[in-house]
Amino acid sequence: MYFNVFGEKVSRKRYKEMQNAAKNRRELIAAGLTSRRDLFKMGLLTAGGMLVAKSGLSARALPGQQSTTIPPSGSNQNCLPGNQAASPPTTPFVVPLNVMPTPAQTPVGSLVNGQGIITAPTICPNTAAGEVRAACHQAPELNPTMFPFPPPRVYQMRQMQTQVSQSPSYGLQTVWGFNDGTHGTLSPGPTYSANYGIPQMTRNINALPPLPEVGGFGMPSVTTHLHNAHNPSESDGNPCDFYGIGNFADQYYPNVLAGFSSTNPPNGDINEALSTLWYHDHRVDFTSQNTYKGLFGFYCLFNQFDTGNEATGFHLPSFPQFDIQLAFADKVYDDTGTLQFDLFTLDGIIGDKFLVNGQIQPFFNVEPRRYRFRLLDTGPSRFYSFFLTDLTNPTANNPFWVIANDGNLLPNPVEVTTVRIGPAERVDVIIDFSQYKGKTIYLENRLVQFNGQGPIPPNNFPVANANQNPQVECPDTLGNGTILSDIAPSGGIGTALLLQFNVSSKAVHDGSVDPRTNPTFYQLPSTNVPPRIVRTFKFDRLNGQWSVNGQFMDCNDFRFTVSQNSSEQWVLTNLTGDWTHPIHIHLEEHQILTRNGLPPTLAVEHARKDVVQVHPNERVQIFFRFRDWVGKYPIHCHNVVHEDHAMMALWHIVPNGGDNINVP
Amino acid sequence: MTQDLSRRSLLKLAAVAPLAGGIAGTANASSKPRGVVENTPAAARVRIQQKNFPNVPLISHEGKQVNFYDDLIKGKVVTINFFYAKCDEICPLVSANLAKVQKILGDQVGRNIFMYSISLKPEEDNLDAIRAYRESWHAGPGWTFFTGQPSDIEKIRKGIGFTYPEPAIDRDKTQHIGNVRYGNEPLMLWAACPGVAHAPWIAESFTWMMHPETNRVQKS
Repeated sequence: MYFNVFGEKVSRKRYKEMQNAAKNRRELIAAGLTSRRDLFKMGLLTAGGMLVAKSGLSARALPGQQSTTIPPSGSNQNCLPGNQAASPPTTPFVVPLNVMPTPAQTPVGSLVNGQGIITAPTICPNTAAGEVRAACHQAPELNPTMFPFPPPRVYQMRQMQTQVSQSPSYGLQTVWGFNDGTHGTLSPGPTYSANYGIPQMTRNINALPPLPEVGGFGMPSVTTHLHNAHNPSESDGNPCDFYGIGNFADQYYPNVLAGFSSTNPPNGDINEALSTLWYHDHRVDFTSQNTYKGLFGFYCLFNQFDTGNEATGFHLPSFPQFDIQLAFADKVYDDTGTLQFDLFTLDGIIGDKFLVNGQIQPFFNVEPRRYRFRLLDTGPSRFYSFFLTDLTNPTANNPFWVIANDGNLLPNPVEVTTVRIGPAERVDVIIDFSQYKGKTIYLENRLVQFNGQGPIPPNNFPVANANQNPQVECPDTLGNGTILSDIAPSGGIGTALLLQFNVSSKAVHDGSVDPRTNPTFYQLPSTNVPPRIVRTFKFDRLNGQWSVNGQFMDCNDFRFTVSQNSSEQWVLTNLTGDWTHPIHIHLEEHQILTRNGLPPTLAVEHARKDVVQVHPNERVQIFFRFRDWVGKYPIHCHNVVHEDHAMMALWHIVPNGGDNINVP
Repeated sequence: MTQDLSRRSLLKLAAVAPLAGGIAGTANASSKPRGVVENTPAAARVRIQQKNFPNVPLISHEGKQVNFYDDLIKGKVVTINFFYAKCDEICPLVSANLAKVQKILGDQVGRNIFMYSISLKPEEDNLDAIRAYRESWHAGPGWTFFTGQPSDIEKIRKGIGFTYPEPAIDRDKTQHIGNVRYGNEPLMLWAACPGVAHAPWIAESFTWMMHPETNRVQKS
């Protein structure tokens, strides 16, 4: 009989795998392998004693194609897995930050199908005209007064291929973006400015080019998920509903608070208000390629409190001038400076170039006042710990305030010196630049991550003083290179300056609320509700295959059924050794009850969330409600490479009919 | 290639070797001119070929010698998985599944899509062994089994990314990756799915490579 750390019975084979992993870690430490280089080279020698590429960490390199490019000092090159070649150097902070416009509306009478023929929207899918949608729109069928059809705001987005510059140091790149008919094809797409009480609809048209014009990665077959929205299933952008070139889907966004037709009629629970959402492609098995290629954007949702106007409501900095969305992505370029995507990894993709809103290391000129920044990790696989760095005093940890987790305003602002997010997570922060008048400061990532496993596990990967070894792959430009934990000192190995803020010296008016006054936003809804059922989800790796409860994604397989308007408790368990999985569940937000039996220790985790980081050997209990809508939704790992390799399960909500499957 | 060396000696060699690798790598990386962006589809296809599909020789169960890229991958829709004849854990599950997938896809296999299973233990899987293994699954035409030189098969395994970042697990063949790589080479469309997923779903995934324009909705 064999048991894992949770006292659960496991197979002999599984036990052996666990033992091997532990032994391997101990061996690394015992062998005195203290530099990253040694770790990466370990055990990978040719018969002649020459080193070969460490392909175990990345599939990019084949044996013999070793490259150990030493990034020039100050180039801000980041570390890459194994001996994957570094991207060519780029000059940072010479291009201004892209601030995405809000999309132009389209008159209903001008909506077209994929062939450009005027096609009016219909409540049930207009299959004959090329619409691909799973069901009739629930919202106008449920309440045509509250949810008129067509709704007051209508958008048309053509998903198209375009060429953009991601750095003046490289040539143009082929990406995919969203074209609203006014602003051209943009990636990130335009930022929606939506309002509670005003339903809207987007016609998403697949206008991508045929293969092979796509040029090496990306599947021109799409489904657009609005991440975090309280949306009916047929408009959710489910991974199993996808369509090819020339087809479209009308997605109806009710912009309604959870509980409107269940616990809190008629308008829903104000404490369930959402603010920072994002949309992204979710095509099953191809999400990583399609989002990396550019199919994502922001969706900001306002109401009578979070108004977008600092003179009213909660007095948060005004949108769009002082309320800025920042989408982070890490990418890799080949030796010609062309964007690359590793089609052949099962672990995750780690880039050495950091993009903000589609550009490598831009700058942003700001006034000496408070700004709201909505930070989004678009993945594919990297986690970030954000710091506010002043290079004239790099050891100082400068404070800022977190006001929202995954786009949900916290009860009160939380003062921090750093905040961590993983793929698909968001935090809204307030940075007060009045103390930095005339200075240049940086948003810096100091979280060390070398592969798809997640942040470097403390103590398992000791890294000695890099300066002792002139052949280090990631030279230490500022600190002494010692990594004792997953957070490195400013400028240390594995860190990166992401965005430069140039603060004007001229004082300006600031009408926004000072977080020091501890304003109150929403209250956390009570979790003191007996769950109808407790379900357990074990995230594991079986012969390299990413699994949920020992099973794999299958669009034809609904794994369990939730009763509409019920509450449930889910237990998310990570059995994958040193891996961290950011787990996302569609439709409603959850609250974390415990991590390994204890309430969350981080103040910012006392929040409503839609992605939860499940750390190595962790068991996370979360509270859920499933209100108002019916239909199918997924639970999945949002390391999109894991997601695309079947770490996902489909479930659905039906009226009065939940099942009693505890381990779906 | 290094099975005869103990782990300890591997570690010792690792400690002395970086210099040679470092010099070679540096020269290689700095000599390329920049500014011309080769982001044409043709250039992307060549890059994928160079990085992921070594053109190494393999022997089919029919005794035919083929080159991996030129004869098996180039211009085709393919599926690739690994097995070895004496594997009694993951391989029988995957092989039984692929037999079901072949039945579902019918005569498309061998015409529009080619299924390849490659031995991970070529040193013990000779022609007779892979033939017998293939027959035990009643594999039809278009599903071909291969053996070859261990070092060549390692190149293929690493090329298509069926590796673990943890070296100890990566060396343990009983834990080898159970996924099936599937793709359309000329269209540069590549993905993978678990070999023990449900056979009808695997078959559906494979058909996207022949029909990437597929529309789909899932009724709940």
